[in-house]
Amino acid sequence: MTVQEVSTHSTALTAALAAESQLGRKPQSYWSMAARSLRRDKLTLVAIGLVGVMALLAIFAGVITDALVGVGPNVTNPGNAFQKPYLMPYIQWQLGIDPMTAPLMLGESGGIPHWLGTDQLGRDQLARLLYGGRVSLSIAFSAASIAVILGVTVGTIAGYFSGWVDDVVMWFINTLVSIPTIYLLIIVVAIFQPNPLTLTLFLGFLGWFGTARFMRGNVFKVKELDYTLAARSIGATNRRIMFNHIVPNSIPVIIIVTAIDVGNLILVESILSFLGLGIQPPTATWGNMLNRARNFLFLVDPVTGKPEAVHLLIWPGLLITVTVLAFYLIGDGLRDALDPMLKNRK
Amino acid sequence: MTRYIIRRLLQAIPTLIGVSIISFALAYSAPGDPVMMFTFDPNITQEAREALRHQLGLDQPIPLQYIRWFTGLTIRQGDQVAALSTDDTRCTFLGGVTVCDSGEGVIRGKLGTSMQTKQPVWDRLVERIPATLELGVTSLLLALFIGVPLGVLSAVYRGSIFDNLVRFFSVVGQAVPSFWMGIMLIFVFGVILGWLPTGGRQTVSLTQEFDLVDRIRHLILPSIVLAMGGIAVFSRIMRTETLEVINTDYVRTAKAKGLGYTRLYFVHAFRNALIPMMTLLGPAILGVLGGAVVIETVFAWPGMGRLTLSAVFQRDYPMVLGAVMVFSIFTILGNLLSDILYGVVDPRVRLK
Repeated sequence: MTVQEVSTHSTALTAALAAESQLGRKPQSYWSMAARSLRRDKLTLVAIGLVGVMALLAIFAGVITDALVGVGPNVTNPGNAFQKPYLMPYIQWQLGIDPMTAPLMLGESGGIPHWLGTDQLGRDQLARLLYGGRVSLSIAFSAASIAVILGVTVGTIAGYFSGWVDDVVMWFINTLVSIPTIYLLIIVVAIFQPNPLTLTLFLGFLGWFGTARFMRGNVFKVKELDYTLAARSIGATNRRIMFNHIVPNSIPVIIIVTAIDVGNLILVESILSFLGLGIQPPTATWGNMLNRARNFLFLVDPVTGKPEAVHLLIWPGLLITVTVLAFYLIGDGLRDALDPMLKNRK
Repeated sequence: MTRYIIRRLLQAIPTLIGVSIISFALAYSAPGDPVMMFTFDPNITQEAREALRHQLGLDQPIPLQYIRWFTGLTIRQGDQVAALSTDDTRCTFLGGVTVCDSGEGVIRGKLGTSMQTKQPVWDRLVERIPATLELGVTSLLLALFIGVPLGVLSAVYRGSIFDNLVRFFSVVGQAVPSFWMGIMLIFVFGVILGWLPTGGRQTVSLTQEFDLVDRIRHLILPSIVLAMGGIAVFSRIMRTETLEVINTDYVRTAKAKGLGYTRLYFVHAFRNALIPMMTLLGPAILGVLGGAVVIETVFAWPGMGRLTLSAVFQRDYPMVLGAVMVFSIFTILGNLLSDILYGVVDPRVRLK
């Protein structure tokens, strides 16, 4: 803690003490303490805000596209391929710096403002990014839910019963993690030609091993605690102990793992789509947009000699990075907020 | 130690059998008929297709097909020795079943036969392994030699701009998709600046002589991209561990005795901070192997990952399965290496 932090902290403390005329303080629950420590963590708040914005953009992709662009993500216009982003010329036009470029671009596109340019078929990149984000995010969220439910269930059962159940489960998991997951996914996805729904199922059903191992370790710790013994002593069934006592006490850990999982799944989905195995065109995802854009890496404008496809290369990758980064940061921030044991280890 | 290694290698056998069963089951549950892919010609009669299916053993139940793929032994009911023996397969009649030996099962060392080129899978993989190892080992070393010092320095200068930069970088480094980073580096250094080659393992020339400088120039971009994740993880963990070790009594003693900071941090603190790093080596190797398929695709690197991917697109299942087996073997060996090094770095750990 720096000097400045200490001083702001102590002023906050004095203020809080001054505000409390009576000694009666509100009781603090675990969650309210976590929420308070989260509220102080600016970086995590920014990340949460970012994910919120991404989610809103994805949900309202249709409305936003209609309002801003006016054409759908799959409307082609071969005459207007590789148009540069309209955003900068538009600003220059409005500021009166460059009155020529923006109207010319509008003329080429038939009056449609392509804020982030167009791809090789003249499709609007902004619209494709929005719709692609919808696909990528919903796949990652649903797959993460499947993976977490499976992982928590299997991990809890293995950790709770230990013995041969644990041995069998761990052998199974260790076998599967001996194959680099990406190859496992490549095989499955190549064989079954997925649509968004089946891809979600594959990612979910092949993504729970880490969570299960993590949960198992956690259950090993928790089941030795007194309250588990107390529950057993009053005759609680195994199922009750597991799902009413152990799992709720692991919820902080589960939340942290889920946030990081969603980030990972966005990455994995984009890798598969990039390799040409995930969601197939014309449906846009950030990964397969990059797969296309990559083919035009060397394409230069015959007149100016400048690369044509820069805007197609930058935006999808940037969005993947920012989204994944946000989920990782949320995972980190939640770890600090939810896990008091780790709080001092930073 | 030797006994430990032998025991671990023996334990790997059931795991590998498990890997083979799971990947075989996945590949052979695929819809569609492999025979149709080879006999698309309408002139081929239905009888000829059946004969081919019989010859490939595709008319058998899945468990028997697995045995055939894994051991090279085809088991059939009844005495069919005369009908089934050919130049490559020798059949014998044993206790009510005919057993034919094609000599090319997975455990015979050749990992089966590629459907596409009819070569043994192992032969095709062996050509590609050096390229993948070259890339993988280089990037692992890069990750270690960049990530570890970054982590230590970041802990030593805790709270400084440098520290914050390293921490920022280590989070971003994990979030950037490697293929995008690869594309952007190719774009900047290959296309715009023209400093480095945009792909491949060496410049194509008539003579194809070994040219070290040329090889290194080709290696720079892909190995940096592949090392990215490792650098991020290593620097992050090394920072945490060094911070923990710095506050221990023995480091304080060394400091009190007037030891220089370089020696203090990079010799005394370093050795203990390094211990947990060794457990990360296994996952790091796994990450490099998994990343290989992406990086090799982006950089047109002639390695195993790219071979596997193209085999996937060609539906060459024996080839894909063989490659998966090899990747699994590498993974298991990597984990073993990581455990052994753990014992080497920390003498308190006895490997039993």
